Amino acid sequence: MSLFAFFTRKNSAPVARDRLQILLAHERSFAGGSDLVALLREEILAVIKKHVQVDSDKVQVKMDRGSAMSTLEVDIEIPTPSSITPGASASLVSAAASA
Amino acid sequence: MAKVLVVTSGKGGVGKTTSTAALGAALALGGKNVVVVDFDVGLRNLDLVMGAERRVVYDLINVVQGDAKLPQALIRDKRIETLFLLPASQTRDKDALNNEGVARVMGELRERFDWVICDSPAGIERGAQLAMHHADVAVVVTNPEVSSVRDSDRIIGLLDSKTERAEKGERIEKHLLLTRYDPARAQRGEMLKVEDVLEILSIPLLGIIPESQEVLRASNLGTPVTLCNPASAPAQAYINAARRLSGETVEVTIPTDRKRLFAKFFARRAA
Repeated sequence: MSLFAFFTRKNSAPVARDRLQILLAHERSFAGGSDLVALLREEILAVIKKHVQVDSDKVQVKMDRGSAMSTLEVDIEIPTPSSITPGASASLVSAAASA
Repeated sequence: MAKVLVVTSGKGGVGKTTSTAALGAALALGGKNVVVVDFDVGLRNLDLVMGAERRVVYDLINVVQGDAKLPQALIRDKRIETLFLLPASQTRDKDALNNEGVARVMGELRERFDWVICDSPAGIERGAQLAMHHADVAVVVTNPEVSSVRDSDRIIGLLDSKTERAEKGERIEKHLLLTRYDPARAQRGEMLKVEDVLEILSIPLLGIIPESQEVLRASNLGTPVTLCNPASAPAQAYINAARRLSGETVEVTIPTDRKRLFAKFFARRAA
C-alpha cells in the first residue's frame, strides 16, 4: 500500500453498517429472498404458457436490491414464427418500491 | 421461579460456549443454583471449557432417552457448589434427542435450579431450535462483524417464531451480548460500533465483552473466565451482564485490561 493510500483509506465500518441495513431490510421482508425470485419465475412462466409457447429456459427473473428501491427484472424471450430471426426479446421491467 | 436461558448466535465461533460458562459461573457466584446444559450434540465443548471433560459419565441424550437419571448425569463444579454441568453426547447425533424427552428433562431441571442455561449449537437447524425451544430468555451472542450480525438477525427471527413461548403467542425476552469488541478499532471506524449493531438488531444490550487474551487463557485452563481472573476486563463484563440478567440495573461500560507500560511496549513490538 502506498503512503498516499494509507492516509486516504476510508473507514470500513460505515460501509459494513449500510450493507447490513439494506440486506436485512430485504431478508426480513422476504424471509430469504432467493425463494421469492424462484416462486415468481414459476408463476410468471405458468401465466405466459397459457397463451404463448415459451421455453422455460428463456425466462429470466432478476432482483436488484437497493436502499431506496429494488427492481425486479423479468426478461422473456418469445419466439416469433413469422419472422426470420429465431427469437425476439420482449423485456418487461417493473419496479417494486421498498424501504 | 426457574428461568431457562438459551445462549445462541446462528454463527459459530462467536463465543457461545465461553459466554455460557462465564455467565453460568457468575450467576452461581451470586448464590443461585445454576446448571449449564450443552446442546451441541456430537461436538460437545462446554465440558472442556468448564474443566470437567474427564468427569463425564452420562450425558443429555442418556437422560432424554431414560438410560440415566438426571442426578447421575449432572456434574457438580469443583470450584462452586451451586454450579452444575449437563454435558452433551460426543458420539451420538442430534436426532437422538426427541422433543418429548427434552421437554421432560427441561421440566426436571426447572424444578432443581434457579437458572438453566442452554448452550446452543451453531446454525439454525434442529439442534439450535431444540436448544431455544423451552427458553424464557435468549442471549444472542454477536461479534461486531457483518456475517455474525446477519446470522443473529436470523436467529432473532427464529426466537420470535419457533420457541414454545412464541407458539403460545407470548414474548421471549431477548438480549444482545456483543463479544470480541475492540473500542479503539470501533472509534477509528474500523469496526461496527455498539450503536450500529444495536440499531440493526434492535434488541436490548446485555453487555459488551471486550476482546481480551484472558478468554483464551481461561479456556486453556478449563476455567470460566469469570472464575479464572475475576478482575480481568472480560470477567468484569460478564459479571455485570449476569447482574443485569438477575434484574439489577448496572450501567453498561466497556471494561479494559490495564496493561503495564512494559507489557504494552512488547505487545507493540510483537505486532
